Amino acid sequence: MSSLDAELAGDLASHDLIPPHAHGRRGFWREARWPARIAALVVGALALIALLGAWITPHDPDAVDLAIRLQPADAAHWLGTDHLGRDILSRLMAGATMSLGSVALAMALILTAGVILGGTAGFAGGRVDQMIMRVADVFLTFPTIVMALFMVGVLGVGLTNVIIAIAVTHWAWYARMVRGIVLSLRRRDFIAASRLAGASPTQTFIRHLLPATMAQLLVLATLDIGHIMLHVSGLSFLGLGVSAPTAEWGVMIADAREYVWTEPLLMFWPGLALFISVMALNTLGDALRDRLDPSLRAEHGH
Amino acid sequence: MSALAAKNRDTEDLNVRARRRRDWTMAGFIVRRLLLLPVMLLAASVVIFLMLRLGPSDPALDYLRLSRVPPTPQALDEARRALGLDLPLITQYADWLWKALRLDFGQSYVTSRPVLPDLLHYLPATLQLAGAALVITLAISAPLGVWAARYRNGLPDQIVRLIAAIGVSMPNFWLGFLLALLFAVHLGWLPAMGRDGWRTLIMPAAAISFMTLSINARLLRASMLEAAGQRHVTWARLRGLSPRAVERSHVLRNALLPVITATGMYVGELIGGALVIESIFGWPGVGRYAVSAIFNRDYPVIQCFTLLMVAIFVICNLIVDIIYAWADPRVRLAAEGAP
Repeated sequence: MSSLDAELAGDLASHDLIPPHAHGRRGFWREARWPARIAALVVGALALIALLGAWITPHDPDAVDLAIRLQPADAAHWLGTDHLGRDILSRLMAGATMSLGSVALAMALILTAGVILGGTAGFAGGRVDQMIMRVADVFLTFPTIVMALFMVGVLGVGLTNVIIAIAVTHWAWYARMVRGIVLSLRRRDFIAASRLAGASPTQTFIRHLLPATMAQLLVLATLDIGHIMLHVSGLSFLGLGVSAPTAEWGVMIADAREYVWTEPLLMFWPGLALFISVMALNTLGDALRDRLDPSLRAEHGH
Repeated sequence: MSALAAKNRDTEDLNVRARRRRDWTMAGFIVRRLLLLPVMLLAASVVIFLMLRLGPSDPALDYLRLSRVPPTPQALDEARRALGLDLPLITQYADWLWKALRLDFGQSYVTSRPVLPDLLHYLPATLQLAGAALVITLAISAPLGVWAARYRNGLPDQIVRLIAAIGVSMPNFWLGFLLALLFAVHLGWLPAMGRDGWRTLIMPAAAISFMTLSINARLLRASMLEAAGQRHVTWARLRGLSPRAVERSHVLRNALLPVITATGMYVGELIGGALVIESIFGWPGVGRYAVSAIFNRDYPVIQCFTLLMVAIFVICNLIVDIIYAWADPRVRLAAEGAP
């Protein structure tokens, strides 16, 4: 099975890993259609807010002032205040740091684990490959949310543990993909040349195999990141992630539950922020995929 | 005349024999997959067991905390012995497995009640919710996908693309609240809470299924377009069959195969969605029970819950694989070797 697979994958890889049209850096922007451009702008703005977060919020996101609780929107508080009189806009901005930061961290963990384990499996082959991939298979038999719930149960409640749990539930997909690409390339002459020139396996992997996986990894990561964001916020909505006073979108929705019938806007804003972010990331991922890797055009979902 | 009849009988005979052989190989396929099932569950149980034991916390400590016993060294030792934590890991696992095989998954640290009956008490509600979401997913995504593929790049395709883009980006718990606000509070059409007949089922199931139906509609569209590019479809068109007939009997049938596979994948998504959505609509399923067990670090409950969910997921995928093998003649016939 594997030789045919490898041949097929190699065939795909040799055609598609090179972008169809190698333009300059501005190529993506010029070619992208307007939804992709808007998505890129939104993601850029979100990243900026997430990075500057603490410095640009109009109010202290955690400042409690019961005298002005549940105020409607006005000039001072553009989106009103919540049940403890905290400014909702400020909390949304501070929440961006938490939400996007935790997702970025989870993604970094997933990519690291996926590249190391998948790369080792593909490059070392043999028994190591068998072992790593069998473990990956077991992890793939768990439904994502169930596995994440279980990992939080093992590690305890908290944002760090939610991030680890998400990484544990997702690495296997990435490891499988990296392994497939490495398998398709490792018998090529340039790899043999690199080894003959005296490069260690690790060096060869980093120098010659890793770059080949980057395009597909980037595409998979951008398509997945919105999904992961929904998982993280779902877990914090259940109260398993960030603890109460910290601003995070999932927690803000959970906090607003008691007031959902009387003050529905309290729950509306953080959900909208989450929705827009995920949608922007998904749209950007679609555009990147169409550009970098047309072979992946089949719908992606798990 | 008689020669023709004999030939006819021969082909009939061949057909019958082929069908018999096919049924037999299908049975073989199902048996093989069924034999694989315990292996997968065993592997999952090892992972669950090892992670719980090698995790950062001490079950004995949590046990004492939950039974409100002060954790003196003496009490800790006693708890360890009572829970079997002083034995080697392999012995512990064998012990656990032996009990699990007799459906004894231990007692909850909190309530001291056996775990499995409690979970099984809540499970039907969750399965009902996930099942309803699956029905909604299939019932809505199929026409949407066909519609989008039929008018490729036209207005319907754009509409379905937009719906799908919204669907995969919307947090299901937020959608749940929005639905409840609209249909329960403003319009008053549906009850906001509880589990009381099909009317309470609609909103939570809809909230769970929006994402999967979006993915499914896009997938069906893509696979229909791919199937429409096959040569036998061109041939069917050349024979003068109406577009609808071609679509029905040549495109859709092939296009459904990837959709069947994908259904297995998102069964996990539906179950996960149900676990989250239950808390919004006051749906009495396993979700809330599991979440409170996670808060309390009630290990036997966490362990049994995870294994139960994995078992359901694996069994659903087994059913999906069987349906796939049955629907795809290539799999069906490949099992018989070369034709």
